[in-house]
Amino acid sequence: MGIINGIINALTSVVNVFVKYDDMFLHALLMTVMLSLATVLISSVLGSLMALMRISNSRILRGFATAYVSFIRGTPLMVQIFMVFYGLPLLGINLPTFEFLGTDFSRFFSGLLALVINSIAYVCEIVRGGIQSIDDGQMEAARSLGFNKRQAMLYIIFPQALKNILPALGNEFVSVIKESSQVSIIGLAELMYITTTVRSISFRSFEPLLIVSLLYFLVTSVCSYLVNKMEKKMSVSNRSSN
Amino acid sequence: MEREFILEVKDLGKSFKNLEVLKSIDLNVKKGDVVAIIGPSGSGKSTMLRCLNRLEEPTKGQILFHGTNILDKEVDINKIRMQIGMVFQQFNLFPHLTVRRNITIALTKLQNLSMDEANATADRLLEMVGLAEKADVYPSSLSGGQKQRIAIARSLAMNPEIILFDEPTSALDPEMVGEVLQVMKDLAQAGMTMLVVTHEMGFAKEVASKVIFLDGGYVLTEGSPEEVFENAKHERVKAFLDKVM
Repeated sequence: MGIINGIINALTSVVNVFVKYDDMFLHALLMTVMLSLATVLISSVLGSLMALMRISNSRILRGFATAYVSFIRGTPLMVQIFMVFYGLPLLGINLPTFEFLGTDFSRFFSGLLALVINSIAYVCEIVRGGIQSIDDGQMEAARSLGFNKRQAMLYIIFPQALKNILPALGNEFVSVIKESSQVSIIGLAELMYITTTVRSISFRSFEPLLIVSLLYFLVTSVCSYLVNKMEKKMSVSNRSSN
Repeated sequence: MEREFILEVKDLGKSFKNLEVLKSIDLNVKKGDVVAIIGPSGSGKSTMLRCLNRLEEPTKGQILFHGTNILDKEVDINKIRMQIGMVFQQFNLFPHLTVRRNITIALTKLQNLSMDEANATADRLLEMVGLAEKADVYPSSLSGGQKQRIAIARSLAMNPEIILFDEPTSALDPEMVGEVLQVMKDLAQAGMTMLVVTHEMGFAKEVASKVIFLDGGYVLTEGSPEEVFENAKHERVKAFLDKVM
């Protein structure tokens, strides 16, 4: 009986902590969602461009993209976050420090930039794999009709590659949501940062952690669901023959 | 009246690293010619054909298309390719597009036709290859023979002056070869200039106006089908024909 009482007490305590600090949690949730969404949107575009550089005929572009990808994938995200945060002022870029969604804009910008820089490398590899999985004959057929390389990529290769890479891209987006927790180290008021704050003002550790894990799980589940749905929709358009 | 040359190939060569596939090819094609390119496997037939629209970059020689050397740096190869159609052994239809869109995409994106105009062209061509009812399906639901007929329609959409066929029936089940050859025969009769790399000796004999036999990177012999098939002078040609016919 003792253990059941314990569970009931713990749950009550969790609910109490959430009700007391719900504003903070919901604001932080919004921040995490905004941060992840912005990262995903920007890194999809830039990561695709990086993938084109990675397979381009120019040795310089290819070399740059290859070096970029290996460096980013070979170093910890946390180091990259600190490097961006302390590196920007060193480069003479001093971001304005005004209030933005309950946090300091310069911190938001640094955090976003670090996540984008990191995610580009992973998206690049996913997109490159997708493009290279398309049969060479597709490019040849497009070129033989008179498409230049860019048009062939845009109208023929990329749409097919996208279908293949959607699952991997979905996984990357889920990763971004989870990894965005690391920008709490530069004081960005997202979910993980707020959890630490609530822990110190409520003298409770487990409850805030359980709440935040459920919130992360909610967001990643919604993301997975949307990607799954998109995947189904795309494969249906492929099979709707007759 | 003397028909003009559309295509003049002079001393064409192609090497892959240390392997010299084409040593020196000379070839003249007049308007309305149907040229069958035959020869043992590995003789460079496909490589030669792919050089003609620069899917392979030749390492030496000239390719004159209406007198213009298409290997010149100033030539816009994309413009030239619109006038030189190509049909592949593996069809290479675009699987993410419907049959009709496969045919229209180059028209709307490259020739700025409206969707209605392009669709009218596509429907006319689909009628011609006997697949009007397949306009709205995706290529995955077609048989090999149907795919290849669509691929021919797709290359015809650009209204090319020449069509290059790279072993168009080699990937087909035997019962589907006939329908594709029939479409090609109809095209030949309509006066289309065609270069066909083929193992179909019957087709070469019946339809070709000229047969060239490639071996070891050279044109070993060329002439009318009678000259090449009935009175083969070269030992190599005779030995090849004995094997395949």
